Amino acid sequence: MSAVIEPTPDLSATFPAWFNERQKAARELYESTPTPKRGDEEWRFANIKQLDFSAYAPSGFDGDATDMIARSVGVEAPLAKLVFINDTLVLSESNVPTGLICLPLAEALVSHSELVEKHFMQQETRLGSAKFSALHAASVINGLFVFVPDKLEVEGTIEVHHWISGENTLVFPHTLIVTGRHSKVRVVDMFRSANDSDSGLAIAFNDLSAGPGSKLDYVAIQALNEKSRMVQINETSADRDASTTGFILNTGSTWARNESLTRLEGPGSRSDMLSVSIPYQDQEYDQRTFQHHVSEGAYSDLLYKNSLYDESKTVFSGLIFVDEGAHHTDAYQTCRNLLMSDTCEANSMPGLEINADQVKCSHGSTSSQISDEEIFYLRARGIDPVRARQLIARGFSVEVVERLNDEAVESLVLQFIDEKFAKIATGGA
Amino acid sequence: MSLQIKDLHATLEDGTEILKGVTLEIPKGEVHAIMGPNGSGKSTLSKVISGHEGYVVTSGSVTMDGENLLEMEVDERSRAGIFLAFQYPSEVPGVSNANFIRAALQARLPKGEEIDAVAYYKHLYSKMDLLEMDRKFTARAVNEGFSGGEKKRNEILQMIMLEPKYALLDETDSGLDIDALKIVAKGVNSMRSEDRGFLLITHYQRLLDYIKPDHVHVMSAGRIVRSGGPELALELEETGYDFLKELAPA
Repeated sequence: MSAVIEPTPDLSATFPAWFNERQKAARELYESTPTPKRGDEEWRFANIKQLDFSAYAPSGFDGDATDMIARSVGVEAPLAKLVFINDTLVLSESNVPTGLICLPLAEALVSHSELVEKHFMQQETRLGSAKFSALHAASVINGLFVFVPDKLEVEGTIEVHHWISGENTLVFPHTLIVTGRHSKVRVVDMFRSANDSDSGLAIAFNDLSAGPGSKLDYVAIQALNEKSRMVQINETSADRDASTTGFILNTGSTWARNESLTRLEGPGSRSDMLSVSIPYQDQEYDQRTFQHHVSEGAYSDLLYKNSLYDESKTVFSGLIFVDEGAHHTDAYQTCRNLLMSDTCEANSMPGLEINADQVKCSHGSTSSQISDEEIFYLRARGIDPVRARQLIARGFSVEVVERLNDEAVESLVLQFIDEKFAKIATGGA
Repeated sequence: MSLQIKDLHATLEDGTEILKGVTLEIPKGEVHAIMGPNGSGKSTLSKVISGHEGYVVTSGSVTMDGENLLEMEVDERSRAGIFLAFQYPSEVPGVSNANFIRAALQARLPKGEEIDAVAYYKHLYSKMDLLEMDRKFTARAVNEGFSGGEKKRNEILQMIMLEPKYALLDETDSGLDIDALKIVAKGVNSMRSEDRGFLLITHYQRLLDYIKPDHVHVMSAGRIVRSGGPELALELEETGYDFLKELAPA
């Protein structure tokens, strides 16, 4: 693998006209769109106070990146690795197969302008964060662009490390992935903070467009420090016979909002929407999902699991929406909450709207505590009660992680999960 | 050296008395069987010895080689050498059997000491072979989606791996077909030794054809009402538990 530490040229002056216009229009849209307020359906149960972002501003980065580059460890032998600090590219390593376009977004905007234009933020943000989506569109300066040509099956993982450094720093990480016919790719985004004390804000957007018969796997790991906040908007579209997996892990930040929308646009398309969240202390995770069955004969399966400790709080609101004519839809939605304390709060609002025939749909949400019998069983094998509860909670998360079907990525995700459980075991110290 | 139970009384949390003075001594090297009708307190006895928190010991004692078990937590008792093979083992989703047994073994090591993974798997596989268990079993979540027979075999595997001083087998024969029963019995018999005592709890005599007990006890209404040799099990098989009706509790 060839390592190229780039001097990070400011490419914004060379951005194509369409992009500059999009940013200008997005700025206007941002300013004209009201801030979400209490009573908005999309923000039910949400902590609106968290939406005061006025203290945050983008800052760029011109310091010494050595330490954060050294800490940017993901899967073993990634196919490509990009490291951003405050949206500034500080490392780009790549060993990708011929034909695959895997570039920093700022570079792709210049070198593959038309291709980016065709796919960049094409869907309307409809799960509540339209204002922040507009802010993102107006402010984004870099990120990842991946285009996989027809029939190219990419083995291995492309990973991106997003670091936030400095007090009140605002970043706009962007990931745009487009797969051609019968191609395959896997991308992991990791969001982290340079230290434990500076409050940062990430307003991230990932755009996934899966072409016919392709396989697109995306994993987002949110492990920001506990002073930071995050809004992450995910838009996925799956063409005929395409298969997409979107996975979100939340272990960090004081507050995170995830909005994930998948459009099943072709018959035979499949979407797996997965998430594991492990909040403790006063952390809050707020997740909204939308499984939009546009086409007939598509399949979607959502599994979100939360293990809540201490005074933490989660909100899950999900909707399966089956369009008129989207017959023979298979759609499933499950949110499960494991309540690890008496003071945590899990809110679930599963939903279903069906406008077609011969549809198989189910949705459900459960909240439960670890049963005494289960604990007794582990303790009767000599395992102490703290470890027993941890094993059970970890197992609860593992059931979702296993659906990633890739050993390297699963072990990376589990590493973050184990770090969180270790933190919980020591009371957050 | 024995597991000694003296005049043990135990109630449910609501005060209902289930064990009404059980006295029993299981010396190392012996296999004792407790038989009796449903509801006689057999399972409760095994749970109370293991430390289940759903029961309150109101009087009496349980000692293991002189150590007071009743003062120990559930997990301490296990580490000290008590093993309970559950009648209804719990499922533990997302935790593989290999990791589960490893965590149990790890719990027995001093802090900072780690199990040698290679040696562990070698040992685990040899014991799984003894119980005719498929290798795929190691990656499956504990008891999840297991048949009744698989669950019981898993209990015996755990017992073999943890090498307890005293093993309590709570209706390990229930839900087993004859082939599975023979395999389970083979596993138990492989563990019989001068250093280990067994308490088999069973409703039927069938298990005792394959695991020959040294002593047989009959439990009824929270007490042991008869004790004898292996021939007592055969007698019960013929006559059933009807004789208990004549033994009205004092």
